[in-house]
Amino acid sequence: MQNLFAPGHRACAGCAMPTTVKLILDAAGPNTVVASPTGCLEVVSTPYPESAWMVPWVHSLFENASAVASGIEVALKRFGKTDINILVIGGDGSTLDIGMGCISGMFDRGHNVKYICYDNEAYMNTGVQRSSSTPYGTSTSTTPSGKASFGNPRPKKDMPAIAVAHKVPYVATASVAYPVDLRNKVKKAIATPGPAYLQVNAPCITGWNFEAGNTVELSRLSVETCLWPLYEYINGELASVKKIRSKKPVEEYLKVQGRYRHLFKSPDGAELIRKIQAIADANVKKFGLVD
Amino acid sequence: MKLTIGAVVEPGSTMVTKTGAWRTFAPVVDHKKCIKCSLCEIYCPEACIHQVEGLFVPDLDYCKGCGICSHECPRKAITMILEEK
Amino acid sequence: MMKVIEGSHAVAHAVMCCRPDVISAYPITPQTHIVEHLSQLVADGKLNTEFLTVDSEFSALSSLVGASVVGARCYSSTTSQGLALMWEVLYNSSGLRLPLVMTVANRALGAPLNIWNDQQDSVGARDSGWIQLYAENVQEAVDMTPQAYKIAEDPDILLPVMVCMDGFILTHVYEPVYLLEQDKVDSYLPPYRPAVVLDTANPKTFGAFVDPSKFTEYRYMQWDAQIRAKQKIVDAALDFQKIFGRYYGGLIDTYHAEDAEIMIVTMGSVIGTIRDCIDSMRAEGIKVGLTKIRSYRPFPAEALQKALKDASVIAVIEKDTTVGNQSALLTDLKAALYNSKLRMPVLGFTAGLGGRDITVTDIRKMVEISSRAKDGVAESDYQFLDLKKELL
Ligand SMILES: Cc1ncc(C[n+]2csc(CCOP(=O)(O)OP(=O)(O)O)c2C)c(N)n1
Ligand code: SF4
Ligand code: SF4
Ligand SMILES: [Mg+2]
Repeated sequence: MQNLFAPGHRACAGCAMPTTVKLILDAAGPNTVVASPTGCLEVVSTPYPESAWMVPWVHSLFENASAVASGIEVALKRFGKTDINILVIGGDGSTLDIGMGCISGMFDRGHNVKYICYDNEAYMNTGVQRSSSTPYGTSTSTTPSGKASFGNPRPKKDMPAIAVAHKVPYVATASVAYPVDLRNKVKKAIATPGPAYLQVNAPCITGWNFEAGNTVELSRLSVETCLWPLYEYINGELASVKKIRSKKPVEEYLKVQGRYRHLFKSPDGAELIRKIQAIADANVKKFGLVD
Repeated sequence: MKLTIGAVVEPGSTMVTKTGAWRTFAPVVDHKKCIKCSLCEIYCPEACIHQVEGLFVPDLDYCKGCGICSHECPRKAITMILEEK
Repeated sequence: MMKVIEGSHAVAHAVMCCRPDVISAYPITPQTHIVEHLSQLVADGKLNTEFLTVDSEFSALSSLVGASVVGARCYSSTTSQGLALMWEVLYNSSGLRLPLVMTVANRALGAPLNIWNDQQDSVGARDSGWIQLYAENVQEAVDMTPQAYKIAEDPDILLPVMVCMDGFILTHVYEPVYLLEQDKVDSYLPPYRPAVVLDTANPKTFGAFVDPSKFTEYRYMQWDAQIRAKQKIVDAALDFQKIFGRYYGGLIDTYHAEDAEIMIVTMGSVIGTIRDCIDSMRAEGIKVGLTKIRSYRPFPAEALQKALKDASVIAVIEKDTTVGNQSALLTDLKAALYNSKLRMPVLGFTAGLGGRDITVTDIRKMVEISSRAKDGVAESDYQFLDLKKELL
């Protein structure tokens, strides 16, 4: 495989995000420019005077990467360079929270920009605070578990649905544990004219607090428990779903992560786990994950 | 080195930083068990395990010892060994 | 070609003549006519540009960051709340050293909400690293537009430029204006050819993060570029004069300054009224003169020290205040004079906030107060000139 994301970056040992980026760039190829928002990816990859990026890359602010990419797209068009892939690769906080306005604008204007969110389900770069991509019941530094709290009280925001609502022609989810699927989806996104949205599950060893070496395994478990369904929406229609042959109980996924430890300590935890199981079961129903 | 206007940086220049220094455990590949599936290469976050003369070898200049290659190897051909420093 | 035309229309025409590759803007009173005219020029096939109708001012300027990094000549326009929404991108684009040009149709910043003119918006952005030029009239706003690109895109400068023109007073006025001739603009303003751009053939990284070991030097480089821009602003005005025959001064301009005892210092459209007042007061034997600020950032400290050296009193009038201190131009000017040998009284007057007219009476009152200060009668050295005390 070609590598366009150089070693020497400062991501934590065992972070899923560099692998995710490496796979994305492998699929996109060198004829690609990337805009990234502020966040772990930006910080670990570009400590001046170094950069891990081997494709042209720009960082402006935390919440504007999609607007920056919009400008890149029109400027490249202006210069007759319409054959260059334009990607945004950004974290969930920059995507689902603070960048929403700019993303909505970019989708709405129909720019030929492929927006890829590596979803580690919290603001990791600032110390694991809750984002609107943080799942229900997760302990983060701003939704810590405690006597009066079971962690994050809200379910994940459904960003792919928001993209679909913008009539984004290609919307998909992926996981770092399914590299062939991820690369294919990047290629499909690029092949589809107009905007695309891809949300990739990318575990954060620091924020999720799991054992070294387990990164890919955890992302796989999120898929196998049906908490992270893999699907594609093409022109607003559910076009493909990764079927789960032997669905695993959510406990298997939750119990190996520090961010869910509280669920296994308190008597109320069992009820919480049931609610999380219900989220997985709803996914099964909604997407037909299990035959 | 003079600073560049607007903090513009050369591609791939993180290579000057040898993140191998971070490592506690090092992957050791049993080439007899390896079936060349290349999953270690695909998953390595440091992009530092490649085929060298047909054998998958981690580049210890950059390997952070995360253990993903070892965990993902379907043949358990990679063992994480505590390094003597 | 002289034409009676709305200020916004004339500025849009000037922008067109600068051949921007990308325009991105969001509507807000009183800037709207500029972008509407530009849109019409695009619709009529007269302006060949990528015109982005974005979701916010924040997106407008952010999209220009992307376009500029690719090497596009970029334009935006905004005011007031829109400029405030751009805040983060102002600092960012300047730090990235992107030569954007933006017209600011100066307007008050709420609350209370007020859509009329003052200069609080751009004055508040004085520390963002953007060069700030202030136009006295529509013609100057027109002529400043290609000058702004010339200064911004100079490889020795590479800083964004704001052309500030008073909202409504200049944007909505119909005046005879010499529209720019395309061939002349083309010979004045060469195409923008940046040395490094976002390019797959030369894949550089833009906007790396910088730690404490180098951040000071980055700020210094930006600061130094502004200081060096002083000469470029002067040169851009002189070069413009050579081709177009019009000149408004470099960093500053003066009017009846030679023997002025009372020197008024200000910027923007109020200068029109002040010039008329000076004419009539001069006829009455009052030795009053004007120093006009064209470039507020970089601040023309040396030029001001020179221009003000023979005055007995200085009266600074401006459409902004620094809540909690005195007004912005006033404090900048006093700072510029303190370590020089000049020791005349410097009085500050905030006036014309939120669209209140600055009248001849106001100017005369200011001159009277200043005259008394010249004669040693101490009064408050900073005041709201047109305050309606009966409302308080
Ligand atoms: C306007 C603004 N607000 C807040 C921040 C601080 N900040 C920087 S990165 C970050 C979190 C990033 O989270 P996410 O986008 O999920 O990326 P991650 O670090 O998790 O990969 C925050 C809150 C900022 N840089 N700018
Ligand atoms: S904090 Fe998490 S997301 Fe950030 S580099 Fe470390 S493991 Fe990766
Ligand atoms: S231990 Fe981690 S960093 Fe080292 S080669 Fe294996 S996957 Fe790569
Ligand atoms: Mg995150």
